[in-house]
Amino acid sequence: MVISKKGSALTAVVHLTVLFLVVMWTIPTAGLFISSIRDKDQLSTSGWWTALSTSEQRLVERAASPESQTQENGLWVIRGNVLGDSEGEVTRFGSSSLKPEDFAAGETAELRRGIRLQVMANGDYEISSETEMQGRRGQRIFYTAEVPPRFTLDNYREVLGAEGLGKSFINSLTVTIPATIIPILIAAFAAYALAWMKFPGRGLLIAAVVGLLVVPLQMSLIPLLKSYNVIGEFFGVGAKTYVGIWLAHTGFGLPLAIYLLRNYIAGLPGEIIESARVDGASDFDIFRKIILPLSFPALASFAIFQFLWVWNDLLIAMVFLGNNEDQLVMTGQLRELLGSRGGNWEILTASAFITIIIPLCVFFGLQRYLVRGLLAGSVK
Amino acid sequence: MADVKLTNVKKVYANQVEVMRDINLDIKQGEFIVFVGPSGCGKSTLLRMISGLEEISGGTLEIDGQVVNDIPPSLRGIAMVFQSYALYPHMTVYDNMAFSLQIAKVAKDDIDQQVRKAAEMLQLTPYLDRLPKALSGGQRQRVAIGRAIVRRPKVFLFDEPLSNLDAALRVATRMEIANLKESMPDSTMIYVTHDQVEAMTLADRIVLLSAGNIEQVGSPLALYERPENVFVAKFIGAPAMNIIPCTVQSTGDHTEVSLSSGQAVTLPIKTASSEQGKPAHFGVRPEHLDIAGDGDAAILEGEVSFIESLGEATLLYIAVPGMDDMVIAKQIGTIPTQRGDKVRLVANPERLHLFDENEQSYRTE
Repeated sequence: MVISKKGSALTAVVHLTVLFLVVMWTIPTAGLFISSIRDKDQLSTSGWWTALSTSEQRLVERAASPESQTQENGLWVIRGNVLGDSEGEVTRFGSSSLKPEDFAAGETAELRRGIRLQVMANGDYEISSETEMQGRRGQRIFYTAEVPPRFTLDNYREVLGAEGLGKSFINSLTVTIPATIIPILIAAFAAYALAWMKFPGRGLLIAAVVGLLVVPLQMSLIPLLKSYNVIGEFFGVGAKTYVGIWLAHTGFGLPLAIYLLRNYIAGLPGEIIESARVDGASDFDIFRKIILPLSFPALASFAIFQFLWVWNDLLIAMVFLGNNEDQLVMTGQLRELLGSRGGNWEILTASAFITIIIPLCVFFGLQRYLVRGLLAGSVK
Repeated sequence: MADVKLTNVKKVYANQVEVMRDINLDIKQGEFIVFVGPSGCGKSTLLRMISGLEEISGGTLEIDGQVVNDIPPSLRGIAMVFQSYALYPHMTVYDNMAFSLQIAKVAKDDIDQQVRKAAEMLQLTPYLDRLPKALSGGQRQRVAIGRAIVRRPKVFLFDEPLSNLDAALRVATRMEIANLKESMPDSTMIYVTHDQVEAMTLADRIVLLSAGNIEQVGSPLALYERPENVFVAKFIGAPAMNIIPCTVQSTGDHTEVSLSSGQAVTLPIKTASSEQGKPAHFGVRPEHLDIAGDGDAAILEGEVSFIESLGEATLLYIAVPGMDDMVIAKQIGTIPTQRGDKVRLVANPERLHLFDENEQSYRTE
């Protein structure tokens, strides 16, 4: 009894901790997403958690210019609606920025030169005067309105088009996909050789790979770039190309990839490989038909690592790629946006959400391979 | 045709440890050979050397008259069944069996025909589309055997194929293997096991190994009846043979020895006069010891210190004065003997064994 009580208490703690972590991780993402689809005016005045309630906004609208005045019953009148096409309810209004809330909706405000302004709750306004109104610019009307929640994809349209995020999204994919596939291919071959083929110096080679794991990439960036340029010049390849960054990411990803995959492949049952050898399979056959299918979980988990790392990378992209529209990756574009549009939350949140959408897809697409036990049934 | 011949075969590991020493063995086509021995005796290593998975450090291995020391496993004309089955987990039963033929680029129709034939033989036809994980242990083992059959090898190699099965299934599969052998009288089979029941029931000839040496090669009954040394005598048969230190008293066509317990025993075994007075080992199997009648001259006398009743037989553990180990006597059925009783034991002289000081048998035939 004591044990079971203890156990259930522990289970409760585990559940609470998991719940806490899930909430901690989910709330910022949800906030980002909700912010990114809100109307930009609403976003600037209230937090995302109020997204579903009406918000009170102080707005300003310029009435139609006096040129549109008409004569009615001996009065000169300008009519219109401050809310335009959008929904909402005006509660108060005023005629100057100093006193934007002087009058309740429906009241009549006396302005200069006998001009009267009336704004109704539905936004209709009426400016009337006994003499003809002068001037070319319309009267400014300050009003406070209760605006219902409004969701829109306009932010996404804007960042993908005008802000150039669409192009840099493609650039990022151009960098990331080959920079994920190339190291996995090389590493899988190397891992099989290091795990199952006997050749002199194998142990040293493994030790060298493990040693390379601790080399900080910041240290090797510039030498790498210089030697790439020298070799590139020899072959007539420009200094900043996609090939360069693919090779750089491949190089930086390989030690971990080889290490992870070798450990996994070395753990596969030896009898399966021996059996294939007796069956007449060459090393290449064994690799292709036995090892690759069986290592899929390991390949997938490394693919997730490498993909996320390359996708989120800014440093290597800055060194190996140019800053022009054709080569700027998403992280670089985001940094530019932070500088130029730092106050425009709707743009930043939409951009941020676009950058995380691909990693999320990759993770959810491949995560089932992480938990699938492919080996069940092969050996007792 | 598909003889297997080992001449002075050796296995030395990189650290100079010699695990197999000068193995000489001649296996005829169609024979069922069982390698048996205690754990670590090298029986699996020897099988793996024949298969080509383990390199041969010295000597020659011939299969079908051809030296195959440096020929890869797939070209030796062998097929191997592994202890853990070693099925390809991501392939269906059909693909598992077809794999070697696909590698060999055999025509699709031929592959299909052979796989279905083997599946028929092993009653695997309903399971051809399943993955190994959806099969029971016995079925997996049959797939492993099927995978060997489709290759039509000259030599089948079995590496402890039954040790992962439960007891009932083991008996059933053992009989299946015996049937398989009968249906393919021309194929040579080499079978490794540590279980002497498997060895005794399946083998045409048993090769008994110990610490990298062949102790004796012969039919199961030959090993039981005429063990060449103490190791073989104690390994074959359960419970193990009683070995009692003794001294040779007189030599000739019949040999008289005096046991450490004091009794003198005469055995119908020929010894040379040079053996006179030398220490030796006297052996008698528990099932050959009988409780003596009043008039008989007993070869052993002692007090029963422990009794195991198995129903079909009773095992008496007898403390004999002057001896360190207890003597075991196996009596058929249940007997009225009680713990603490004094018993006198006799044995048929033809069933007695005598080994010299180097533990080799005095019997020469």
